[in-house]
Order: sequence, then structure tokens, then C-alpha cells
Amino acid sequence: MNSDAILIMGSNMAEAHPVAFANVVQAKERGAKVMHIDPHYSRTSALANIYVATRAGSDIVFLGAVIHHLLETRSYFHEYVVHFTNAATLIRGDFGDTEDLEGLFSGFDPKTETYSDQSTWDYERDSEGRPLTDPTLQHPRCVFQIMRRHFARYTPEMVEEVCGVSQDQWFLVTQTLIENSGRERTSAICYAVGWTQQSKGVQIIRAAAIIQLLLGNIGRPGGGIMALRGHASIQGSTDVPTLYDLLAGYMPQPSALTPQQTLDEYISTSGQKTGWWSNIPAYIRSLLQAWYGEAANEEDGNCSYRWLPKMIGDHSHLATSYEMLDGKVRGYLLFGQNPAAGSTNSRMQRKALEQLDWMVVRDLYEVESAAFWYKQPGFGPDTEHVDSSKIKTEIFLLPAAASTEKEGCFTNTQRLLQWRDKAVDPPGDARSDLWFVYHLGRRLKELYSVSTESKDRPLQALTWDYDRKEPEPGSRIHDEPDTLLVLKEINGYYVHPLNQVDNEMGRQHAYKLHDAPHVPGFAALKSDGSTACGSWIYSGVYPEPGNNRAASRISEGYTFLQWGFSWPANRRILYNRASADPQGRPWSESKKYVWWDEEQQKWTGVDVPDFPVNKPPNYIPPVGAVGMDAHSGSDPFIMKPDGKGWLFVPKGLKDGPLPTHYEAAESPVHNALYKQQSNPAAKYFRNRPDNRLAAVDDPDYPIVITTYRLTEHHVSGPMTRWMPWLNALQPSLFAELSPELAAERNIQHGEWVIISTPRGEIEARAMVTRRMQPLRISGKIVHQIGLPFHWGFQGKSTGSITNDLAHMVLEPNVSIEEAKAFTCNIRPVRM
Amino acid sequence: MQERLSPAELEFNIPSIVTQAMQVGSKTQPFSSESSKLVTRIRDAKVVHSVCPYCAVGCGLNVYVKDGRVIDIEGNPDSPINHGTLCPKGAATFQYTVNPNRLTHVLHRAPFSDHWEVKSLDWAMEQIAQRIKQTRDETFVKSLPDGREVNHTLGIASLGGATLDVEENYLMKKLLSGGLGIVSIENQARI
Repeated sequence: MNSDAILIMGSNMAEAHPVAFANVVQAKERGAKVMHIDPHYSRTSALANIYVATRAGSDIVFLGAVIHHLLETRSYFHEYVVHFTNAATLIRGDFGDTEDLEGLFSGFDPKTETYSDQSTWDYERDSEGRPLTDPTLQHPRCVFQIMRRHFARYTPEMVEEVCGVSQDQWFLVTQTLIENSGRERTSAICYAVGWTQQSKGVQIIRAAAIIQLLLGNIGRPGGGIMALRGHASIQGSTDVPTLYDLLAGYMPQPSALTPQQTLDEYISTSGQKTGWWSNIPAYIRSLLQAWYGEAANEEDGNCSYRWLPKMIGDHSHLATSYEMLDGKVRGYLLFGQNPAAGSTNSRMQRKALEQLDWMVVRDLYEVESAAFWYKQPGFGPDTEHVDSSKIKTEIFLLPAAASTEKEGCFTNTQRLLQWRDKAVDPPGDARSDLWFVYHLGRRLKELYSVSTESKDRPLQALTWDYDRKEPEPGSRIHDEPDTLLVLKEINGYYVHPLNQVDNEMGRQHAYKLHDAPHVPGFAALKSDGSTACGSWIYSGVYPEPGNNRAASRISEGYTFLQWGFSWPANRRILYNRASADPQGRPWSESKKYVWWDEEQQKWTGVDVPDFPVNKPPNYIPPVGAVGMDAHSGSDPFIMKPDGKGWLFVPKGLKDGPLPTHYEAAESPVHNALYKQQSNPAAKYFRNRPDNRLAAVDDPDYPIVITTYRLTEHHVSGPMTRWMPWLNALQPSLFAELSPELAAERNIQHGEWVIISTPRGEIEARAMVTRRMQPLRISGKIVHQIGLPFHWGFQGKSTGSITNDLAHMVLEPNVSIEEAKAFTCNIRPVRM
Repeated sequence: MQERLSPAELEFNIPSIVTQAMQVGSKTQPFSSESSKLVTRIRDAKVVHSVCPYCAVGCGLNVYVKDGRVIDIEGNPDSPINHGTLCPKGAATFQYTVNPNRLTHVLHRAPFSDHWEVKSLDWAMEQIAQRIKQTRDETFVKSLPDGREVNHTLGIASLGGATLDVEENYLMKKLLSGGLGIVSIENQARI
């Protein structure tokens, strides 16, 4: 809303996030420039000032050329870059760039196809371990100069050749970003799964981050990178994670592959000596305290730490589905998720479900994942019978409560927690997932209560008392757990009375969840076992009885600080110290947001400062300082050990410190930039017969395919295809293709077509439209087609499953599939 | 929230130009005394504040409840996110929750069976707990062959949608990971 320019790429915001897009339209009416770059012309494009058609999978070339231009024409925000980013930091002398190694960085092990040694990507350091810098940005090994070399081949000519975008169009976008960034102006970048669902998705977002850091658009009003996430609480499921590799608040799940056998080892390998993550001892210890209560005190927390299950590899959903296929996973719990139609390569997913001994499906409707044992997709909207007598999987299908039938928080895409009150009871035997998990836990604790085995101690010790004091008034369900108690545990509470002296037995009185005082926020958390906290970043959401800030609904002010609660500490813009210059003054009056108040000697503004509130801008850390004291008063990026915005990532990414263009795992062209064709660190699962890939420039699969959402349906349809209102608006699956491709393949608008990939074939109605256009790539014409992915064989509107076409090559950092850029073929059915 | 006006009230409340426009072609309003007494369905309904269950924008909803039933769902005009507006999905939330196709009983499909059987919730909960215990006990690994401690089971996996509440996610991870040692606890948030 406060942006002067908005670049939307990898997202069809108008159709997938229509209400948020209203803000973009308002900004446009105020004079902001809106740009949309996408393979598919959509309502977002129609309302943009500039629409650029591009080839799916070529994003880093476009963005890399912007970076190249910013660096070479000195169009970056110099003062911001020098002070707030790691542009001046020197990288080790033995670092090898993709320029030196034909598309690979140093440290790549071809045998394991991983960057097993990332030590060369690190900073050059002095004897104290502090990074060396050159504020003049001239040193050949400073990040700035390394970037100049790395992005040298990302030229406008390359954009034209690889993306199919004219140099003029690319320049217009670049120039618009430059003109609308700086002291007086800010630009925002919005993306969605058009970026993430690629085998190099993380690096595309990194490229956007580099642009925004170079232009000084991070931590400022109207700036930033907006991840448009797709589900009501998908952010919440990441923060208080149901993800295999994370504990609450972005602490890693312990792994057996790193030295993390003890709590001390865990802290030293996942925490940091300097910066905000130096607080990890307090956060992990408080989590253990919340989970295991008294038992967490054994060995100062180490005993219960050892109970936490350790990872031994990639246990992500998709990697696990291969394990399932091999019969290694025997039981499966599905909570409102539908892999039989919603996950990539879903034909393989259905086959995997057949290998299970048992599964639990909790949903409002009988979704595909509960019905695969007697039904499968037929032609188009038809279904076919399955021989059930050959499928062993035992299935428990439990009815679930809808969002209006339970209370609790959703966390939206802006990290905002919003509480929902309960309207009515769920029907029949439908129950909330909270009810299910709570009572399942109760029963399991009972079943294991007599065990003396060490493996069962964690479950026995697990604190598990969420009973309501009194049943909910007016509800016929008398054993629904108390959601507010769970929120209290997430927020955190004191385990012992403050300032209490041990009694004569040498033991302190310990509170239970029900009677414990709330902690006011994460600053109160301790590493000595005196506090419990389920997720440190959410601490402060429920700071005292009767004050659930997620349920606060006061719609006032510029930043609406009393509407819901945004983590951390109700900050609305992260790293907002960067909205002031190094001396703490607003960069400009028009973009004033958070600044240093000289009189009061503290940071102030229209948002909660994301910075130690009393640290003056001119603070210089003493030698040997640790924790937050190690950051200067002009280091806004408090989560980073060096307090800088990372243009170059010295640690933590699995596919390189700088974004590099690789072609998609399936591509009609060879990589024009490097010998390395596709992301070297991606997980290909090449020997899997269920996941065959088309070759590069494969004549059988010459067409690029991308998938997307429609406004009227939601993912694979469990929440929409049972609803006549929405089915009337979007009745069936279609494939969008250009008139040129239609003519080439003799396809008529509206008739059935077959789309094929090495994974399978599906049918859809042809939608011949100018919204898709052929592009000239590396001297040849490349066609693209687009498909929504909302259909399946259950519900009141049925159709082929688009995900049956997609493959399962996974991005190396986050194990996401590549559903936004792969290859296919298309032909008419002629019935 | 302001009530909608009945047609009779409209005449007195809308500026005269609109009134005139409405009267084109007919000086007499075609409202019977019955229709002028009609009131909106949501009058006297309890308003419950909620949030849209679809995308991640987080539009505020007003859920109208009368006689223990949801009778309508609209956008919350007070929300700074949506100002009362909704997209087609959000506007259809009513039909998502009040729908004759919803499951209301536990269904069980035995191995190799060709049909569902209706079961009690209590029976299903006990069976599920038993299955989890059995599989966990048979697949639990304390240490790798080289002695590294793992305390986990890879024999059970969990996958959740991203319409789960924060509190639900929290208890899931706590029980499945912290209590049972399951590693593959995953969510739509991954993909």
C-alpha cells in the first residue's frame, strides 16, 4: 500500500490472493507502478502497468541481469549497501565461484551430489574471528566484487535469449525499480509458489533479496519481499512447525548427521555466539520445559534433549512418500491433507498409500486420499473402479470440525496471529484436530503407563493436561480441550515463583500450566529451567490472563498494532531499524518509520522497533563482545551473526552462496549460461521408475507446462469441489494454450485434449487463448501451456488430476517439488 | 454492524435523487405491508468473529448464528485486512461448513475390504492408539549401529494441511515428535 513500485513475479496475486491484491490496486491508483512478470497472462497482468511474458523456469536470468545492471551502473543505494549489507565483507581466498568452475561452486562432491564442504564460502576472519571488511568495496575478494564477477554474464542479451523477454521490456522493469527506490521511495516484490515450486526456488527468492538489499528496500515501509503464502495458517504451521526439520521458532530439529548428541552440542552447532540466536539456550531449554515439565530438569535439560528424535536424512513429505512406496512407512496420519490428488506425481502418491498397513484420514469430506482403494481417475471427469481386494491399507476416516466450529489462531502471510471464536459445535462425531490429538495422547499415555522401557519415558513425562476447568457453556461436547491453555503454553509461563528461595527440602515449588504466571515475552525466557515456552517467537501473544492479543480487534492507527498480534513482539515490519540511516535518522520524511530519539535515548516510531531499544546508533562493540553486544548500533539484521543483510550467504544454503541460473530438471533447452544444466544439488531420484524425467530438448516432450490456481477453487479441491456455488463458477479442468500451438496441433477451443509427461496422461478441455504466447528461446520457438490443478475424482465436480503429470525432483534446501516448470506434450482426443 | 434497511425504511433514508430514481414509472412503491415488515435474516443473530479458512491473507469473517445454527457468513467490515470484502471462496465459506456432504460419522475400511463401515468415535480412537503403539514398538530405533543415539521411529509419518490452528500444530508436534519419536511430521507448509 505504501509502495511506489510493486513487482509481482511467480504469483498471480489478483486471482490467488484477491483481497490482498486490492492493496496493490489502491497503490496503483495512488500512482505506484505495478509490474507483472509471468508465463501466463492473468487478471494480475491485466491490472498491471507493465506485463512481461517470460519462460517458466528462467527467473534467475531476469533477476540476475537486474543485479548486474545495479552493480555496473552504480544504481544501488550506496549508503544502505555499505552499512547494512555484507557487500564490504571479504570471502576466503579458496572460494571458487561458478565463473571459475563451469557452473559449480567450490565444495561440490559429485559422488553424493551435495556441497558437502561449504567451508570455503565463509568470511575471511581476523584472529578474533571477526570478519574482515573493505568499506571502499574495492578488494577483489569482497562480496561486492565477487558479485560483479558472478553476475557479469547475466546481461540483457542473455535475458532475451533465455527468458524470451525483449531487452526493452527488461530495461523498463529494471528502470522502474531503480526510479522507485532510494531515500524517498520504496519498491516491493511479491512472489508465491511460482518461485518456490522450482528446483532452485530458494535461490530465486535470494535473487530478489539481493535486489531489495541493493536498492535499500528491506525494513522500510512499502519495501520488502512479500511471500504470498497460500493457506489460512501455513505460516503458523511453519512457525509452530509440523515440519520434520524444525522445532518451534525456527530452531532446527536435532540431527544424527551433525554432532548434536547432547544439549551442549546442539546449542553450539545450531546457535550463534553473536546476534540474536545467541539466545538459543533459553529457547530450547524453555521448549523442553514446556514439553517435559519436571523431567526436563534432569541433567540440566540434557536428559530430555536426548529424547528428541534425531533426523538421519531427508524425512520431508515427498521424500517420505518414496519410503512409503518401498513399504518402510507402515502407518500414516493425514490431518486435512490430500496427497492422492494434491501432491506432486500423485499417481505415485496413491500407489504409496496402498503400501501402508493403516492410515488415519481426518477431513470434512471423503477426499481422494480416503477413497483411493475403490476409485481412481477415469477419462476426464469420469472415475474407474479399483479392485479393493488387492489393497491391504486399513483406513480410519474421521470427520473433522470446520474453522467456524472451534476456537484457535491462524497465522496469516504477514506473520499476524488472528484468533477465531467458535460459532457452533461441529456436527455428529466431527471433532477439532485439537480434540483428536489431545485424546489420542491421553489414550497413548494410558497404554504406555505401565511400561518400564526407556524408549517410553518421553511419552510418560510429556506434560499433557489441557482439560477445561468447566465444560464449554452451550456445547454438547464436554471433553473439548482448552485451546487457551495450549496458547498459554506456546506463549510461555514461569515454572517457579520469581525470586523464590528453596525450601528446607532444597526443592522449589513448581507451577503447573493451569496456575503458572504467564511470561510477558521472549526476553523473559531463561536457560536455567525456570521458564517454559512452546514457541519463543510467539511469546508475548498471551502475556497475562485475560489478554489474548491474537483476539485483539481494535482497527486503529497507521500500522494497526492492536489488530491481532504479529510475531516477533508484535513487529509489523522485520528489520525495521533499516528504515533509519546509520545515524538513526529516517532516510526521508516520506518513508519515516522507526528512528532513534536522541532526547529519550531510545528507538521509537510507528512500529515496535526490531532492535535493542536502548542501543544508540553510534554504539561500537568492544573486542570480544558476544550476543547482541557484538552488533554495532548500525547493524539492523539482528538475526545474523554479523548483523548485516546477506548479499552473499556464507553459511546455511545447500546449493551455493549466490543465485545461479540452472534450467529446470525438465527443459526444452540447454543451459545457455553454464555447462551445468540443472541444479547440481537438487534431489533427482533418477533410478525411480515412477519418476521418469524427460530429457533435455526431448522431442517427445517439447512444451513447457506450468500449473496454477483459480480464484474459485482451493488446492486439490477438498475445501471447494463439494460446494455447488463454486463449482458453478469453475466447473471443469482446462488447459490454456496459445492459438499458434493449437494450430500446430490441430486443437479446437473447447475440445478434449490429452496432456502427457513421462509420469502419465490426463485429459482437459482446450482453452485456446492469447493469454499464453510462444516465446523465442535460444533461437527456437518454445510453447508453454498452463493448467490449474484443482480437480480429482471425488467431490461434486470431478476431473483429471494435474499433479499426475508432475515429477518429484526436490529443491535441495527445502525439498519442494518442481510443479511450476516442467515439460509435456499435447494432442487432441477427437472422440 | 449496520443492519440492512427494509424497503420501507429506504424511502426515508436514501437521498431524494435515489428515491426519485426508484419511482420512475411508478409513483406507488410495489411493497405490501407484509414486505415492509420484513427484516434481514441476520437481525438478532449472534455475531461470531472468525477468519477465512482459505488463502493466507487472513480476511476477517462475521459468522451469524441463530438458534445454534450458522445462518450466514460475511466479511468483517472492521478488519483492516479486508474491510468487509471477500473473494468468491471466502464468500462461500458458509457452504463449506454447512453442507450435506460433510462426514458426520467415523468410517472404517478393513484391509482388503470393499466397503466402509460406520464405527463409533470411541472405538476408532482406541483402535488408532493401538495401531500407533504397535507400529511404534515394532519400528523404534534407539541408536544407529555405530552407537549414535536417534530415539526415533520412521515407521509412522504424519502430514497435515495448513488450515490447522496454531494450537493444533503445537500439540501434534509435541505428541508425535516429543512423545512418540516420529520424525516425518510434515505439513502443506513444506510444499
